[in-house]
Amino acid sequence: MNRLRLLLSMLWLLALPLSAGAQTAQPMPEDPVANKRAMHLAEELRCLVCQNQTIADSNAELAVDLRRQIREQIAHGKNDGQIIDFMVARYGDFVLYRPPLKGTTLFLWFGPPILLLTGFVFLFYYLKSRRKRVEQQQMSASERQEAQILLGSDTRSRHA
Amino acid sequence: MNRYLIPLAVFIVLVVFLGIGLGLNPREIPSPLIGKPAPVFKLTQLHESSKVLGKEDLLGQVWLLNVWASWCVSCREEHPVLIEFAKLNVVPIYGLNYKDQRADALAWLSRFGDPYKASIVDADGRVGIDYGVYGVPETFVIDKAGVVRYKQIGPVTPDALKNKILPLLQQLQQS
Repeated sequence: MNRLRLLLSMLWLLALPLSAGAQTAQPMPEDPVANKRAMHLAEELRCLVCQNQTIADSNAELAVDLRRQIREQIAHGKNDGQIIDFMVARYGDFVLYRPPLKGTTLFLWFGPPILLLTGFVFLFYYLKSRRKRVEQQQMSASERQEAQILLGSDTRSRHA
Repeated sequence: MNRYLIPLAVFIVLVVFLGIGLGLNPREIPSPLIGKPAPVFKLTQLHESSKVLGKEDLLGQVWLLNVWASWCVSCREEHPVLIEFAKLNVVPIYGLNYKDQRADALAWLSRFGDPYKASIVDADGRVGIDYGVYGVPETFVIDKAGVVRYKQIGPVTPDALKNKILPLLQQLQQS
């Protein structure tokens, strides 16, 4: 009897941390899929307080609040697009690390490739014109002679 | 001649771009809320915690929503400007006490003065998120129909008040 009571109380003690854990973790979705979704969304969003960090990386208070928002909305069955729209409606396209393609972001999206392409075109024409310049420089007979004198024995010994 | 002109032109374009970039404040992110209905809220008041204030209570008048907190350093810098503005009696200022402790907030107001018609308590910052608040202080101008017309990010400066906010308020009040 005594032993049974001891066993029961031990079982009860074992169960204690479980229930305590369940209580503190309540705001977070339990299932790993939702957690992964929350992490993924947080990595797509820019923290507005420390602008070069994502909401996932930042420990600014706003980032903590927005992570909580994401988790709550996932728990309410919102899909990723709805959550992103929620953030954009409040903070604008700036909150997205991958802003949508539209009039104001055209230069942002196409600027770098255009600049790179211009660079390549410039390089191509520059190299072409330089080659032409090198090829065009023919030495006159007297210049050749002068060069041979300057180089002197060195060229002769190499040719010999 | 071309040889020098092209690099010079490129250089000038770069300088112009960088010059514009230097003049911009990267912390000022244009609010997508401008021209849209102000988000609804229903929050308890700071002074009388039993009273609730909602957006619909403020319809029909032009008003300012100033987001502030006792822990916010720039708010202290801004505060005298708001006090002076409140004396002009142009439009009421309502305070959104953002993620603050009630006791701290009340002490702060009694120490530095209270320019607000009323302050409402956003303890967990949810209404702040709805308004896209990311750096306190922030101030919104909201018109008679409850539409956001302007957002001041950071402290309201005497300059911004005189050149932007006051003319806008006059225009909104006439319409």
